[in-house]
Amino acid sequence: MVLVYAESPNGQLKKSAFEAVTYGKKVAASLGVPCAAVVLGTNATNAGELGRYGADRVLNIGEAGLNQLDNQVATAVLAAAAEQLKATVLILSHSSTGKSVAGRLAVRLNAGLVSGVNSLPEVSGQELRVKKSVFSGKAVVEYAITSPVKILSLMGNAVRAENAGAPVSVESLSVAVPAGRIRVTSVKTIEGRVPLPEAEVVVSAGRGMKDPSNWGIVEELAETIGATTACSRPVADSHWRPHHEHVGQTGIAIRPNLYIAIGISGAIQHLAGVNNSKVIVVINKDAEAPFFKAADYGVVGDLFEVVPRLTEAFRRFKAAN
Amino acid sequence: MKILVCISQTPDTTAKISFTADGTEFNSAGVQFIMNPYDEWYALVRACELKETLGGTVVALNVGPAANETTIRKALAIGADEAVRIDANPKSAAFTAKQIAEYARSENFDLIFFGKETIDYNGSEVGAMVAEYLGMPYISYASKFDLNGNVATVERDIEGGVEVVEVGLPLALSAAKGVAEQRIPNMRGIMMARTKPLKVLPPAAFDEPVKTIRFTLPPAKAGVKLVDPENMDELVRLLHEEAKVI
Ligand SMILES: Cc1cc2nc3c(=O)[nH]c(=O)nc-3n(C[C@H](O)[C@H](O)[C@H](O)COP(=O)(O)OP(=O)(O)OC[C@H]3O[C@@H](n4cnc5c(N)ncnc54)[C@H](O)[C@@H]3O)c2cc1C
Ligand SMILES: Nc1ncnc2c1ncn2[C@@H]1O[C@H](COP(=O)(O)O)[C@@H](O)[C@H]1O
Repeated sequence: MVLVYAESPNGQLKKSAFEAVTYGKKVAASLGVPCAAVVLGTNATNAGELGRYGADRVLNIGEAGLNQLDNQVATAVLAAAAEQLKATVLILSHSSTGKSVAGRLAVRLNAGLVSGVNSLPEVSGQELRVKKSVFSGKAVVEYAITSPVKILSLMGNAVRAENAGAPVSVESLSVAVPAGRIRVTSVKTIEGRVPLPEAEVVVSAGRGMKDPSNWGIVEELAETIGATTACSRPVADSHWRPHHEHVGQTGIAIRPNLYIAIGISGAIQHLAGVNNSKVIVVINKDAEAPFFKAADYGVVGDLFEVVPRLTEAFRRFKAAN
Repeated sequence: MKILVCISQTPDTTAKISFTADGTEFNSAGVQFIMNPYDEWYALVRACELKETLGGTVVALNVGPAANETTIRKALAIGADEAVRIDANPKSAAFTAKQIAEYARSENFDLIFFGKETIDYNGSEVGAMVAEYLGMPYISYASKFDLNGNVATVERDIEGGVEVVEVGLPLALSAAKGVAEQRIPNMRGIMMARTKPLKVLPPAAFDEPVKTIRFTLPPAKAGVKLVDPENMDELVRLLHEEAKVI
């Protein structure tokens, strides 16, 4: 059995949960076993929807103590669920929650863990062989997980959630829930757009913008195409933009389908966080900017002219389609 | 306050990456190594700040070969009081975590700091593993950390926001941007680091559940397609018809 931990903060299944189940179903198919998804807490009312993405069974550990996540508690219940169900492969999202749970589970279950995978594993006898991108995208490493229980955490946006099946009815799973030691006192969310790690389209700008008051054209472009905004490090460091927008080696690593970089030179530390994007568009007035080497499409020109023009072109496209 | 800071060493991002001929190992010849930025700028600095206000000791720990001692001395120069090196060449986060846990088990640290991830493998695995071995609460991606007596208030980065949590000590946590400001070691720190104790310990046995098969270089990008800056309709067409991302 392949067991997928489907995250549902505040009872809402995350996009990464649909991706993880889609992925889990494919791993299960290659092993010839069923795929089950497990949802924690009392408030995930639409958990059965995971059936649409390939879960043969959806299990709910419906204890109020799991509505807020303490990774130590989550580890204990997921490990117990894995043992009850005799799961041989566990799949988590490589998210803020997944990262705090996956390592713990590996120790708890004596399991080999490969985190941040972005493609399907290959089954080789009792082993799973799986690849991940390392050294800021400059290399790929292939691992063999040899332990009886195996854990994979899936990079966000690495697979597209496939909604082809039908919902299933949710079974409840009874597992003892230990008391947690972490108390969540509040959650501050950034209003509006899709969070950067989950965003499929990102519009990002750098020092070429000259001044924070010029960001209107970036916002307008982002608004037009439903993108999340990001920025380079010096822009965040000089408080032109909020620090949660900072992408790169020391900020957030992202992998959207489309990354539009405006007035960013493309230093290696910036690329480290963005070069796993599927398609990169670079707008820069300097034809020699290093970012063009990492780009799929490039526009050599003054961003103050090009960006509004691009926004207009997207508007025309949207009106026509 | 007794604080452990786990520091790792990574190739500088600008380093050229290559592997041994059979592709099974990273080729470190000629590579410039640095202290992992999250460990240095955020974890270590916050640990030193806490010690400076509350008193106590900061121990910097690295699992690595003797060649890593330059990085370890840098941690001492920034402000750690003593250092421990577990003499091994780790092949996995699981191995490293086992070593750190074996050492920390009997040392009764109040706080164990990690960086949010290493910039070469981006695993974000070691901290959670150590916390599980030691049965400790673990907070990942701390972007703000305050202590009030024995209770820590931590802000942690989550997708699209921050979560504020409270938790008692002892505690393990991983540090992200925001938790502290980078410190450049000064001359006095560098001089003092030379005489601070650096203990070398042998590694514990560990059965690797994950083996490295090989490293490869990713296929080269096809090269950039330049679009006329006057013709943004063409760019939109390409993104729609060719790249199929909109
Ligand atoms: C250890 C370390 C970690 C780092 N981590 C990060 C990180 O996580 N993220 C990050 O982003 N950086 C990081 N950096 C910094 C990085 O090296 C670069 O300094 C930074 O990315 C540069 O930001 P920028 O491209 O916005 O600015 P610049 O390098 O100043 O580039 C501005 C660009 O705008 C272009 N431009 C100017 N005017 C116009 C115009 N009118 N129209 C069009 N184009 C124009 C210029 O040609 C230039 O290419 C790190 C550095 C170090 C040493
Ligand atoms: N070899 C090592 N020695 C000591 N600490 C390490 C080592 N490798 C990783 N760490 C710590 O674990 C954190 C997370 O590493 P990783 O799980 O590899 O992303 C790092 O930021 C360090 O704090």
